[in-house]
Amino acid sequence: MDPEGSQNINEASQAPVLEPGHTLSSVTEKISSIVLGRGTTKGWMFGFAIAFALLMLLNVAVTYLLVKGVGIWGIRIPIAWGFAIVNFVWWIGIGHAGTLISAILLLLHQKWRTSINRFAEAMTIFAVACAGMFPLLHMGRPWLFFYLMPYPNAMWLWPQFRSPLVWDVFAVSTYATVSLLFWFVGMVPDLATLRDRAKNRAARIIYGVLAMGWRGSAVHWSRYETASLLLAGLATPLVVSVHTVVSFDFSVAIVPGWHSTIFPPYFVAGAIYSGFAMVITLAIPIRKFYHLEDLVTMRHLDNMAKVMLATGVIVAYGYMMETFIAFYSGNQYDRYMIMNRMTGPYAFFYWLLIACNIVIPQVLWSRRVRNSVPILFVVALIVNVGMWLERFVIVVVSLHRDYIPSAWGTYMPTRWDWATYVGTIGLFLTLFYLFIRFLPMISIVEMRSLVEETNEEGQPK
Amino acid sequence: MSQIFHTSTNVLSRLSIYGGVFIVALLGAVLYGVELSPWYTDVHVSREQPVPFSHKHHAGELGIDCRYCHTSVEKSAFAGVPPTQTCMTCHSQIWTNSAMLEPVRSSYRTDKSISWTRVNALPDFVYFDHSIHVSKGIGCTTCHGQIAEMPLTYREGTLYMSWCLNCHRQPEKYVRPKSQVFNPNYVVPSNQMELGRQLVKEYKIQSLQNCSVCHR
Amino acid sequence: MSSNPNTPDPNSIDLAAVRAKLAQAGQKHFWQSLEELSETKEYREFLEHEFPHDTAKNPEGIDRRDVLKLAAASAALAGLSACTKLPTEKIVPYVRPPEEIIPGRPLFYATSMQLAGAAAGLLVESNMGRPTKIEGNPEHPGSLGGTDVFTQASVLTLYDPDRSQTVIHEGRISDWSTFGVAMADVRGQQSPKGSGLRILTETVTSPSLTAQIRAIITQFPQAKWHQYEQCGRDNVRAGAKLAFGKPVNPVYKFDKADVIVSLDADFLTTGAGHVRYARDFSSRRSMESPSSNPNRLYVVECMPTSTGAMADHRKPVRASEVPEFAARLASELGIGSANGASATAQGISAEWTRAVAKDLQQHRGSSLVIAGDEQPAYVHALAHAMNAALGNVGKTVYYTDPLDADPVDGIESLGTLVNDMKAGKVDALLILGGNPVYDAPADFDFGPALLNVKLRIHSGLYYDETGELCQWHVPATHYLESWGDARAYDGTIGIIQPLIAPLYEGCHSAYEITALLGSDPGKSNHDIVRDYWAGQRPEKEKAFEDFWERSLHDGIIAGTALPAISVSARSDFAKPAAPQAPATAASSPDLEISFRPDPAIFDGRFANNGWLQELPKPNTRLTWDNAAMIGAATAQHLNVTAGDYVKLQLNGRETKAGIMIVPGHAENSITLHLGYGRRRAGKVGTGPGFNANFIRTSASPWSATGLRVEKTGKQYYFAVTQHQYIIDHQGRGSEEASDAAFHRDLIQVATLEEFRANPNFARDPNEEATRGLTLYPGFKYEGYAWGMSIDLNKCVGCNACVVACQSENNIAVVGKEQVMAGRAMHWIRVDTYFRGGLENPEMYYEPMPCMQCENAPCEVVCPVGATTHSPEGLNEMTYNRCVGTRYCSNNCPYKVRRFNFFLFSDWQTPSLYGVRNPNVTVRSRGVMEKCTYCVQRINAAKIRSEEENRPVHDGEIVTACQGACPADAIVFGNINDPNSRVAKLKAQSRNYSLVGELNTKPRTTYLARVRNPNPEIHE
Repeated sequence: MDPEGSQNINEASQAPVLEPGHTLSSVTEKISSIVLGRGTTKGWMFGFAIAFALLMLLNVAVTYLLVKGVGIWGIRIPIAWGFAIVNFVWWIGIGHAGTLISAILLLLHQKWRTSINRFAEAMTIFAVACAGMFPLLHMGRPWLFFYLMPYPNAMWLWPQFRSPLVWDVFAVSTYATVSLLFWFVGMVPDLATLRDRAKNRAARIIYGVLAMGWRGSAVHWSRYETASLLLAGLATPLVVSVHTVVSFDFSVAIVPGWHSTIFPPYFVAGAIYSGFAMVITLAIPIRKFYHLEDLVTMRHLDNMAKVMLATGVIVAYGYMMETFIAFYSGNQYDRYMIMNRMTGPYAFFYWLLIACNIVIPQVLWSRRVRNSVPILFVVALIVNVGMWLERFVIVVVSLHRDYIPSAWGTYMPTRWDWATYVGTIGLFLTLFYLFIRFLPMISIVEMRSLVEETNEEGQPK
Repeated sequence: MSQIFHTSTNVLSRLSIYGGVFIVALLGAVLYGVELSPWYTDVHVSREQPVPFSHKHHAGELGIDCRYCHTSVEKSAFAGVPPTQTCMTCHSQIWTNSAMLEPVRSSYRTDKSISWTRVNALPDFVYFDHSIHVSKGIGCTTCHGQIAEMPLTYREGTLYMSWCLNCHRQPEKYVRPKSQVFNPNYVVPSNQMELGRQLVKEYKIQSLQNCSVCHR
Repeated sequence: MSSNPNTPDPNSIDLAAVRAKLAQAGQKHFWQSLEELSETKEYREFLEHEFPHDTAKNPEGIDRRDVLKLAAASAALAGLSACTKLPTEKIVPYVRPPEEIIPGRPLFYATSMQLAGAAAGLLVESNMGRPTKIEGNPEHPGSLGGTDVFTQASVLTLYDPDRSQTVIHEGRISDWSTFGVAMADVRGQQSPKGSGLRILTETVTSPSLTAQIRAIITQFPQAKWHQYEQCGRDNVRAGAKLAFGKPVNPVYKFDKADVIVSLDADFLTTGAGHVRYARDFSSRRSMESPSSNPNRLYVVECMPTSTGAMADHRKPVRASEVPEFAARLASELGIGSANGASATAQGISAEWTRAVAKDLQQHRGSSLVIAGDEQPAYVHALAHAMNAALGNVGKTVYYTDPLDADPVDGIESLGTLVNDMKAGKVDALLILGGNPVYDAPADFDFGPALLNVKLRIHSGLYYDETGELCQWHVPATHYLESWGDARAYDGTIGIIQPLIAPLYEGCHSAYEITALLGSDPGKSNHDIVRDYWAGQRPEKEKAFEDFWERSLHDGIIAGTALPAISVSARSDFAKPAAPQAPATAASSPDLEISFRPDPAIFDGRFANNGWLQELPKPNTRLTWDNAAMIGAATAQHLNVTAGDYVKLQLNGRETKAGIMIVPGHAENSITLHLGYGRRRAGKVGTGPGFNANFIRTSASPWSATGLRVEKTGKQYYFAVTQHQYIIDHQGRGSEEASDAAFHRDLIQVATLEEFRANPNFARDPNEEATRGLTLYPGFKYEGYAWGMSIDLNKCVGCNACVVACQSENNIAVVGKEQVMAGRAMHWIRVDTYFRGGLENPEMYYEPMPCMQCENAPCEVVCPVGATTHSPEGLNEMTYNRCVGTRYCSNNCPYKVRRFNFFLFSDWQTPSLYGVRNPNVTVRSRGVMEKCTYCVQRINAAKIRSEEENRPVHDGEIVTACQGACPADAIVFGNINDPNSRVAKLKAQSRNYSLVGELNTKPRTTYLARVRNPNPEIHE
């Protein structure tokens, strides 16, 4: 049991967003030392080794895929989309929390975002990177990916703009670009700090180049503020749009279980749901290993838990509506689809999904649970699994029995499906390990400003 | 602590921001240029042939009709490349011992085909049919260029899809009277557009642009 | 494993061992089979290797092509395709052009294909001298334009890389002239009497070959000619003998029959004349209007066949009990006595029999009773007697002289030969075609006996089980490479003319080989046939030239159909003291096994044909295997379940097989198809399935009781393309899929009464409701609008369309594992649904090509516009634009799209280039493909019509599936032309579309099935 969790078990929601007693220098020291100070720790090495091994697994899986073709996966007719698309949607979903926290909460002047937004954004970018791989890899001829881009060509052909997959290309790439910019711009002053504090020359040069000549002049600061605000403004609609567009991939199709108007809102909710789950999953170990409990306080965990709870309830509503409409519409195919989900060959996964996404997270209603770090961690993990299952049920279970019974089939993932999936987790973790090792995982600048305020009022506004 | 960066580097960092965009654009432009270059398209590049056959001499100066050699152009998808026999009909009489024609004679003796280098090659997934184009008033030279002035044959058009579509979208710009189809010296009249429109009507030319017309 | 004869035979060691063993063993040693014969280690390994049963491995597996795919993939990756330069190509014109060939224009030649004693008339398409596609010959009475799976697929066999290519002597390469010398020696040694000379052929209907062999027999008076055809017509002959005293050939006229009773006869898909019979039969099932008057079909059979599926009343009955039923039906019709046949047996009530009999009597002269080729002579005799009694002779059935010039009983004939061989009386045996070592009855021990013969000569397409035991093997020419003549089911003689010179100079026809023994060795195949006819015909010189030209052009020799002869049927023949039908059989637990020719690879001769191996068999939808097919109740009672790998023991003999539970199969009986478990068929055919011949004996070649089933505890995995039934471990069938099919009105069916009461029963109100609900501007179809109509009342589920499509459209074979993985590539599939219990369900066929929707869900979701809509309403699939997102397949409600998950097309076997249709792109890895309504044929016809400045005539464009259909169930055409056949059919009240309420507006629509049950039968 985490001592610190039990301490302010009753008023976690009132807990400060920054434990008292921090000075500007102490904050700066604490954060930058992780990067500049004591060299690579054994723990980091160990974790990184595992992550990197998984990344190599991805490497093998992808090479084999390109040599042999998508046939190495479990996909077939009628289930022509399998793990690849499931993972794509899952990762994209995870990629939502970051921008939401940094952009929307910034616009809403939520102070508690400051200490988590940096690695939330990092997580977003890495998740989107993982997600972005799948639409490419799942193509039969990935080397022709550029057919999906509108560019002047000798065939006098454009992409087919009625297809949601083309919308995806734009939505995802825009999202990736903006999040990347947002993340980087936010980091510039901190990079400058690191540049100035770095002991060895190489580090100083590298951080210097990245800092792009930041001198902290008043002009710089005002530009910085404007840029962040602008980007935040740009990013906010994207948070909603990306997953809406992703949901169109399904709702535009006529497959029972896909063809539903409720998809956009409940995909976005689901995305934020899984996003926050992932942030918690990452935040808890990090604050533990790097002793950041007084920067990432119970207040943060508590708030994130609440967001999860809220979005989780929306998702639950989504499931209920799907079922209700299936019967209310009187459409026999939809009815069969729902019955098949609940009682068919894949029923186990459906009920597991309900358990993970709806039943178990209800424990978050209890403050006691929200304030217990280990339980929170477990719940977050369960939600991550649940959200993956949701996509599995939507993609695979809908496809395996649609209109013409003679074409029904069952889907069985192959070892290559798993290798690719686990591999992307490896990619994600590898990037994340590198990030926490070489970049400031918490925004020094914003924490400083927070110090100002906490010192003025002791409590944030 | 001494400055590691000279102030001038600020300019660099600014440039790098804008630079990024332009470099990408430039790269695209270059690729597009390459795709249109003769090096890539073989347009106006005459090919090495076992026998330096001159359309200029045969079709131009001697005025032999295209169909004398390309017999199946009106009946089949392939225009047909003349069998050695066709060459020998004349060349058993004239130039009987020119060294240049030895490959032809030996082919006739040994019954081994002359293997010509293809000048106008389409990818295997494109199905072009000569007969229908010829019968709808599309002249040889429209696609094959001024064949009567080619000492060594070369490719006139890129044969890109855009090149095909260019005509399929506006046949009136290229169609000619059926009587003129095989005329290698046909000159596009000044009133082509109105003539074209009228011929398109007369020959019931549909501007087919759906995929399965050529791909299947 | 590879059986390429060019390399010294890898198995020669084992064979050496076998021969050695034989030498010691001498004749007295009793062999179970070749396996038991040799205990040598090599031989064991050889067998292990050749019988990969325990693994569900298939020889055409993906791994075989890795090298190529690596190359292809890396090439593709190397240059992002758009950035690669087209390679420089060569043009190689003729030196001296042949007259008739216009480069790029196909030519058609008429020929015939001989199969099991009856010929099918064909028109073969030739592209630049390559035969590429088989069509039916409309002039030919046995075809009328229709074909079957065997003829359609035969063109692939021509290009089969595993065909034997050179003369082989003692496992080493030899040549034709050396063989000629050897044959000269035989002539020398055998003359004058030829007492040691034997010729073994399959059923021969060729007049010229018969003449040749007869000549040899006269030359060597004591030489003997034997004929053995495993799936031949022995019982038909014997039955005729029994009934009429001579082996006449019955010819049926199903178009004249109102009531048909089939006694275990699958006349729609097997046996002489089945293609014509299917046409005639279905011609009586076109229900233009409620007033039209269809035929009625009763089928009594063991294993559910296509014919059974078409039945209005079907009874599953053990094969051995059919005679029982026949006798009772006969006695109902007042023929003989039922020989104490108990009033009720085999679950067929006396009432039922009586009702059938009554129905027959009400249709005297327009009824028909037909017995199956596998049924004993007795049943055939009864059938003849019944037809006679019903006054059908001369109306729905007539009799001619036998098709084969020398009608002998195959098993008997082979038996004599084997005895002579065992007795050492045979010095030289010439085996012309056939594979007796594989398919002779087990009790003959043909293989070992054969090794007693001093000089063994084999001629066949493959260096097969028989070939490897002969000193001489001469590769036979494929029928598309040779001259010949053969009789069709009604005796009409078709000329076999080659479309291509033999691909391998080693290949020679039976005619040429026979000639070597005869008076004029070295005479060419063409001369032999032509001279024979020159001798036969009255016409001389010029006149004969004309006759010959005409016959070649038509593919038949006019007026050679055998005339009807008058015969009188005895009806006093005694019922054989039948052990096979004890009245209590149904209740008795003792199991029966029946053997049947395989619906895909027949007797095994097509085992190496990938198209046929991958063809889903009717009703079971099984590919790449045969199975021990069994009824659900029996399975339960034997305590076996689907997929159990069992031993089948039949009086002392044994084979292994996987259990497959088949709805509608007779209880207490197992059906095992022949032709599988080949040990030496080639890369494709070696391995798959189970060898039924191990337990098939001359005494009971088609069905035998006393079978014992013993579990091995192993599982066997079948590649089935459609699971209509999910059979659980209690053997209970849950009909979820089939039920759903009927809930969703995928199969619209009514009885004749219901149809007459409500002609519009098939119309779907929801469909009208959704009309015009779309966001996208519709297409307006001026000009042509292509559409297709499929008549479920006519479709007999024979699969000819499937193979025809595969052949026309260069569709790849994917192999067993890929079929199991759900990746079969067929563009048209024959969906099969069941209605009713597992015991005896109604069976329905529904061919599924692309529906070519007007509001096509696939088109809007393709991100690159690789699948688009044509102004004529086709959903075009542009392979070179496809990037393979597979979204279109997900969004296709009919799931008719097929995806190249790997590089399925074989790009590395040169001989297979020959079989490809030059007008269809050979698809690469990673692209979607689907039915295009044979757009290459549409375009060709349109270009022709445009050049002739006229519209395309109705019927000018025939899709591959339509052309192949023997039942005339598929009709394609321009639906904008109200007078076109297809438009008229779509105007019928039976017309309906699948899941029409989705507003996909399919261009392919169906004509509902109308059953015509006997009102007096209530079940």
